[in-house]
Formats: sequence, C-alpha cells, structure tokens
Amino acid sequence: MFAFIVSRLLQAIPVLLVVGFISFGMFAFVGDPILFMLGQDFTVEQKEALIRQLGLDQPFLVQYGHYLWAALHGNFGMSYRLARPVSTLLLERLPATAELALSAAAFAMIVGMPLGVYTGIKRDALSSRLILMFSLVGVSLPPFLIGILMILIFAVLLGWLPSFGRGEVVNLGIWTTGFLTWSGIKALVLPAISLGLFPLTLNMRLVRAEMLEVLRSDYIKFAKARGISQRAIYFGHALKNTLVPVITIVGLQIGGLIAFAIVTESVFQWPGMGLLLVQSIGTADIPVMSAYLQLIAVLFVVINLLVDLLYYAVDPRLRIGRGGGH
Amino acid sequence: MALLDVVDLVVEFPTRRGVLRALDGVSLAIEPGEVLGVVGESGAGKSLTGAAIIGLLEPPGRVAGGQILLNGERIDTKTQEQMRPLRGKQIGAIFQDPLTTLNPLYSIGRQLVETMQTHMKLSDRDARARAIKWLEEVGIPAAAQRIDAYPHQFSGGMRQRVVIALALCAEPKLVIADEPTTALDVSIQAQIITLLKRITREHGTSVMLITHDMGVIAETADRVAVMYAGRVAEIGPVAEVVKHPAHPYTEGLMGSIPSLTHRVDRLRQIDGSMPRLTAIPTGCAFNPRCDKVFDRCRRHRPGLVPSGKTQAACWLYATEAANG
Repeated sequence: MFAFIVSRLLQAIPVLLVVGFISFGMFAFVGDPILFMLGQDFTVEQKEALIRQLGLDQPFLVQYGHYLWAALHGNFGMSYRLARPVSTLLLERLPATAELALSAAAFAMIVGMPLGVYTGIKRDALSSRLILMFSLVGVSLPPFLIGILMILIFAVLLGWLPSFGRGEVVNLGIWTTGFLTWSGIKALVLPAISLGLFPLTLNMRLVRAEMLEVLRSDYIKFAKARGISQRAIYFGHALKNTLVPVITIVGLQIGGLIAFAIVTESVFQWPGMGLLLVQSIGTADIPVMSAYLQLIAVLFVVINLLVDLLYYAVDPRLRIGRGGGH
Repeated sequence: MALLDVVDLVVEFPTRRGVLRALDGVSLAIEPGEVLGVVGESGAGKSLTGAAIIGLLEPPGRVAGGQILLNGERIDTKTQEQMRPLRGKQIGAIFQDPLTTLNPLYSIGRQLVETMQTHMKLSDRDARARAIKWLEEVGIPAAAQRIDAYPHQFSGGMRQRVVIALALCAEPKLVIADEPTTALDVSIQAQIITLLKRITREHGTSVMLITHDMGVIAETADRVAVMYAGRVAEIGPVAEVVKHPAHPYTEGLMGSIPSLTHRVDRLRQIDGSMPRLTAIPTGCAFNPRCDKVFDRCRRHRPGLVPSGKTQAACWLYATEAANG
C-alpha cells in the first residue's frame, strides 16, 4: 500500500513539471510584465535595470529553474493588479471555494445517489420517468441561467436567501468558514445548489445505469433466492457494486467543481478563487493565473490519489496480496 | 403428503407478438428427503419450473395457471414480500455459475452470516461460529481462517461449495439446484455432486436437481422428470426411466447416451429439433419427431398416464377407460 502511494506520487512529478512549464510559459509569451510594472512613462535605463533585477535577461531554462525553485517554496510572485503575494491571495480565497465545492458535491451525492437507486429499481414507474425528465432539464440548462433564475425566485421574489456574497464568516486562523454562522449557511444554499445540480443529475444517471446492470447479475438473483431483505439487496449488495465507477466520477467532479466554479462564483459574487481568476484574466494578472493553474494541478493529483485509495477500500479484488491460496 | 406439489403449472411471457406459453401444464411432486431429477434439452422449461417455484421468474414472465403447493400451502399466489421469508428458509437455490453467484465485494463469511441472520435469531458470534461450521461441512479447508476471504480468492469448485453452504445454511426443506455442475471442470463435477448428495441426505433436505446430464441424474436422483417443450413427457423412478423408458422421447434420449459397457457403432439420434415456443404443434408436442406417431397424436394432447412403474404423456399407453 505504501509502495503504491509512493509510486503514484512519483508519477505525479512529471505532470506537475509540465503544468509548471506551461504556467511559466505564460509569463514569457503572454504580454510583457515589464510594461505592466513600469506603467506609461519610463526611461530605457529604468527598463533595463528592472529586467536585470528580475533576472529576465537570463536564458529561458534558467528562469524556469528559478521559477520552480520559488514555487516549491510557496513563492508565486506578486499580483500585478493587487500588488500582494499571489500565495496569500489564493490562500485567502481557497476556503470560500473549497466550502462551496464540497457543499455542492455533497448535495450532488446525497440527493443524486438515492435518486439513482430509486429510478434504477422502479425503472418503469411514472415517478422515475418524471425524475429522469427533470434531470434532463438540469443537464440542459446552463449553470449561470439556473443561478440567475434561482436568484430571481429565492432572493428577489421570495426574499428568503441572500443573492450574493458569503455572509458572515468565522476566522479559524488559516481558514475562514461560513459553516458556523446562520447567514453563512444561508448564503451558501443558492450557489451550492446551482453548482451541484449538474453533477447531481450526472450522479443519478450514472448510479441508475450501474444499478440496472448490477440488478441483472446472478449474485443479486442469488441474494433474492436466499430471502435477503430488499433494503439490504438494493442499498448493500447492489449499491456497493455500483460504487467503483461512481467514485471515479465523483472524484473528478470535486476537482472540477473547485477548478471551474468560476461561473457560479461570478453569478453569486462568491469571494472564492474562481472570482479571483476571472478578475485576474480581465486584467492580464499573469502571476495569479499561473499559480492558480499549478494549484489546480496539485489538487487533481491529490484527488486522483484519494480516488485510487478508495477503490482499494471498496473492491477487495484490487487489494494486493491474496489472502490464502486456493 | 408431498413436500412440494406442482399441479398443471402454466407460465406465460406476454410479448409484442402475443403470449408465449413457456410452461404448459407441468405437474410434479417431491416427497420429503427425495431427490427429483429434472432433465430435458435447453429451452424445455427445466430452469423456468425452478424459478417459478421459488417465485423468481424474470419479468414479464408470470404464472398464468395451475398451483404450486409447499407443505399443502399455495405459494404461487404469494407476493414477493410474502415469498421472501420462505426463500432460503423453506426453499434454497443453487445456481449454475459459482463465479457469478457470489457477491464479489462481500466476504463469504459476511454473506453466510447475513443469510442466517435474515432467517434466524442469532447473535453475531453464534452466526459466525455456525458459518465456520457450514464451511467445514462443505469441505472448505481451514474454514476458520478463510471465512473472511472474498469470493475471488477461491477456485470455481470451492466457490460452488460456498454456494451450497449459502443455499443450505438456513436449513431449507427443499433446495432447487439449477445445473449446479455445468459450469465446473469435469474433474470437480463429481465432487460437487457427491457433496450435494451427502449434505442433503444428512440434513433430510429434498432436492430438485435440474440438469441435462443424464449421468448425474442416474447417479443422484430417486425419481426423474423428463421435460419437453414446456411439458413433462415422463416421470418415474430413475432406474425405470433409464432402463425401460416409456415415452418415445425418453427412449430417444436414453439411446443417445454413449455407454462404456455396450458398444454401439452409431448413437441414436432424434431427427429434427425441439419446437420453438411460437410453433408448438397441436396434439403431442413431440409428434413431428416421433417414429411411433399415429393420427390421435396430431389432434389431441396426451396427459400423464401410467405405463409400468412410470407415467408417460403418450397415447401409446392410454387405455380405453382412461381416454374418457
């Protein structure tokens, strides 16, 4: 098991190097940072002094080496726009995005999986057909439209929930959380639902398809022939056998939700990394964009590792070493 | 009183092109402690009969007529939820392929414990002790160590032993074994049949042994039912049916089995093939292939009539009095 984790982490190194290369390439090929920093009026001497000071006269690969070394120490440079360290900016925004993404993923799983089991069991019932029909609407409507519609209904017309922001947050040292205040939780509801709706329908349809497959299997028939209760068959024997593909998709979803909550964060003015990224792209704030890219890459590597470990927990056939021979 | 009594069982499958009658008036009975073999070609309705008895017909299949009585009580009219306590506890089932009948994600111990605790009040500790006892009984070596192993850690033969333990662990009175050896190595088949025979005799369990292997039947069964095109062609004590088959189909079936003691140049073969469910001929279903066919066979369907020590659905044995 330990060897497996180590080998996975070693495999991640080339991935991160390539992502680092691309995000560094942005500096060299997208715009000229010197022009950003000097503004409108400057002399040639000033420009050359800054180039030397920043090490931009050195060869590309040397610069790349310096960049990686700094990144390894958590130093991603300064934001052009806000003139603050990028790492601090991202760390400030990370809790908001992580809480939003995890709430959306939890919503998508807690609602999506039982619905998938239900529509898988009662595949011909009217209720199942209705659920599937509505899920199609969920898949087809773009998230920003759903967000705006929900703001209209629940914030503007009914006035139940706030339309933007994160509400009051509690500072826990390095992490700020909205889970501990009523206004924080209320503020989370609309963005989490609008972000989670698409993965919810995906989970539901995936679990349903897997259930239909598993329910036809011999071991389900054999479990029925032994008189095992319906509940144990559907939510134990059958659901567990649908989990491996579901874990894969949910893992990718969580990564995707964190990385691409951009639209939802914009619609709800959620103070997370996605909103920061959108603002940074608008002003060509390259250090923020490149650091964001690397953070997301690390995140995906970590999530994939967790997914692989979960496979082992769920499926005994994948565990290394066979307990006893034949 | 018979333990199981199937009377004129009809199973139908409604399809877009009309209703298919897959079982048409099947009657058979199993006495306590008896092994009834059910033989026939693929599609003769052997497995369907078993599935109907345990109430697990694949939809849209349904029991459309007749009765199934267990200890004199009708079970064909019960709902799925009413049938559930009977499954495993009164009627056990063994399926064909041990590689797919065990849940790959549950340890064999957990599957045994779950089955026993569903039907009996047992503490976790007692259930586990019983599970180990059952694994020992079906011949799993080092059962106490292997109880927490998963199905993929066992060979096919060992898995079928586990399946047998699972089918019998709640002590049913009847076990329906649907081709229990077909998916196994020939060398393992005899072991599994011997095990099944021993363990059901020790527990006094009746067996409905569904197979197309006459050798297995001859060795194991007390009585045998020969099925053809969804009907019972002949039923009787196994020695009689093998040595003195009454129905021309049974005769053909026996003639087609190679023998080590009597050398023959050519094995007998029955011309033609079993009719499809959509095109079962009127009268006796076997009449187009029968070499003793006469006019009556084509017009009227024969019921089971006594012939020697067996009963055959054949007009050859109908006495004038029985004709009605």
